[in-house]
Amino acid sequence: MLLFILKRLFISIPVIFILATLTFCIMRVTPGGPFDKDKAIPPEIKANIEAKYHLDKPPFINTPAFHEKKWINILTETQYFYYMKGLARGDLGPSYKYLGRSVTDIIRDSLPVSVELGFYAALLAFLLGVPLGILAAYKHNTWIDNAAMFTAISGITLPSFLVAALLIYIFSIKMGWLPAGLWDGGWEYKVLPTIALGLRPVAIIARLMRTSMLDVIKADYVRTARAKGLNEVWVILKHVVKNSLIPVITISGPLIAGIITGSFVIEHVFAIPGIAKHFILAVTNRDYTLIMGVTLVYAVLLIIANILVDVFYALVDPRIKLS
Amino acid sequence: MNEVTQKKSNSRSSSPASSLWQDAWKRLFKNKAAVISLFYIIGIILVAIFADVLAPFSYEVQSPENRLAFPNTTYWMGTDILGRDLFSRVIYGTRMSMSVGIIIAFCSLIVGTIYGSLSGYAGGQLDNILMRVVDILYTFPSLLLIILIRVIFGPGLFGIFLALTIVEWVSVSRIVRGQILQVKEMAYVEAARAVGVKHQIIIARHILPNILGPIIVTLTFEIPAAILSESFLSFIGLGLQPPFSSWGSLANDGFQAFKSYPYLIFFPGMAIFLTVLAFNLLGDGLRDALDPKLKNT
Repeated sequence: MLLFILKRLFISIPVIFILATLTFCIMRVTPGGPFDKDKAIPPEIKANIEAKYHLDKPPFINTPAFHEKKWINILTETQYFYYMKGLARGDLGPSYKYLGRSVTDIIRDSLPVSVELGFYAALLAFLLGVPLGILAAYKHNTWIDNAAMFTAISGITLPSFLVAALLIYIFSIKMGWLPAGLWDGGWEYKVLPTIALGLRPVAIIARLMRTSMLDVIKADYVRTARAKGLNEVWVILKHVVKNSLIPVITISGPLIAGIITGSFVIEHVFAIPGIAKHFILAVTNRDYTLIMGVTLVYAVLLIIANILVDVFYALVDPRIKLS
Repeated sequence: MNEVTQKKSNSRSSSPASSLWQDAWKRLFKNKAAVISLFYIIGIILVAIFADVLAPFSYEVQSPENRLAFPNTTYWMGTDILGRDLFSRVIYGTRMSMSVGIIIAFCSLIVGTIYGSLSGYAGGQLDNILMRVVDILYTFPSLLLIILIRVIFGPGLFGIFLALTIVEWVSVSRIVRGQILQVKEMAYVEAARAVGVKHQIIIARHILPNILGPIIVTLTFEIPAAILSESFLSFIGLGLQPPFSSWGSLANDGFQAFKSYPYLIFFPGMAIFLTVLAFNLLGDGLRDALDPKLKNT
């Protein structure tokens, strides 16, 4: 198991390297630099700033060095090499727009908030989605089933900003029970964003769990278990639910990606100081290093999440071997 | 019985009206939710086409004396912060949102079908490589990808269409590939190959017509997915820029003042919700109608 995790982590290093290179290329092909908009800066100062961030160097191949016959400098005196050198030491470079702050600092401040929100939403998705699906499948074709599935399809089709806006309007403005935004503080700040972000995954899991359980419940081994005279609750929990969970775990990867995507909207609505805000701002500001940093952080998060999913998969289904 | 008719229609793919489709229509019309959704969608498309006729006001004329009016008999959905009639703006937003949804769905359908057919039909190592690419794209957060693509192409319609297509085609290609893997083992494909029909013609004439059902179902699910993605993008301010406005950008406009004027976000949001819901219910209905064996899965 440990070996598997280490192996997977090791394989991810080249993936991250390729991704970093790709993002770097994207940033450099894009017209417009990070300091273009600031007209107030005199050209000399701009040149100085660009020199400080190594932006005066060519992106990939240093041709002047070629003419000067400094062979090593052809590749090392480039923006790409400086960036990768920093990256290898875990340094994501300085932010171009938040003067005096490094990208690593910004991410260190905002990432925990986003991860916490995503974790609560994922927790809600499993803790609510799975039982809802079980209930709907167990009470198949009754009003409970119909109600649960109607809720589920609404959860999938409701745009999350509408859910968030409705939650804020009802519970913050009309009732005054919960705060309408921000994150730092007690549990009451976490409730509404978690529901708004978690509703869609809850619905997806509930639907999948129901379908999967309806299949499993017809299986021969379930009939055998019942024929043996096992307690009904035990049959459902041990034989049906455990086996029905497999497809739910399979979609956890895309689901986590979905939660990350969803958090962009939710962090915007609730003014949560998470990483999504920086990403959106970075895109409008052309803050190259910040865009790259956030993209890489997301990639690492996804890789870790997918490894966890695979491990969990093997725990639930012994037929799958980690290799 | 149904399997027999299906096989018959498969063996003569050029027959004018195959009974499979007639059966499917009959089954679809028994599904109340799907029929209502179908009519709703037709209605919404008509609204999008005839927006100029239907909208009671212009979408851009501002009337400062009527700003932020709550919904009333003149302004059915109220007015926004600049005094523009929200009902008219939602009607024009329908045009934008629906065209974005339909165009992107068709683009991703074409790309996904070609890619999926190639992968599924070729098989072997090529299939492996092509599907790895799809897997990577599939587990990547779509909004992140969209935003990155938007960085390259800047704000504008083209960037949005391209970005959303790149995200949406992935699931199409997976479905098409899966279907092709099933169909390509059929005896009639083998027969076509045996008499020396070219690969492109086998795919176009013998395989694709037989997986048209699942492709149509996929299209029905792609349209709402594209509408939702576009609205999220516009909502966080990275989507359509003025003068274009979709339901998502209307919701974004309303977001600033929604704590006091919730209707500003409620109506555009509901328009998205109802349309996406209708497409999903229709998609479910079509899937059940086209392949009754799959019911409840």
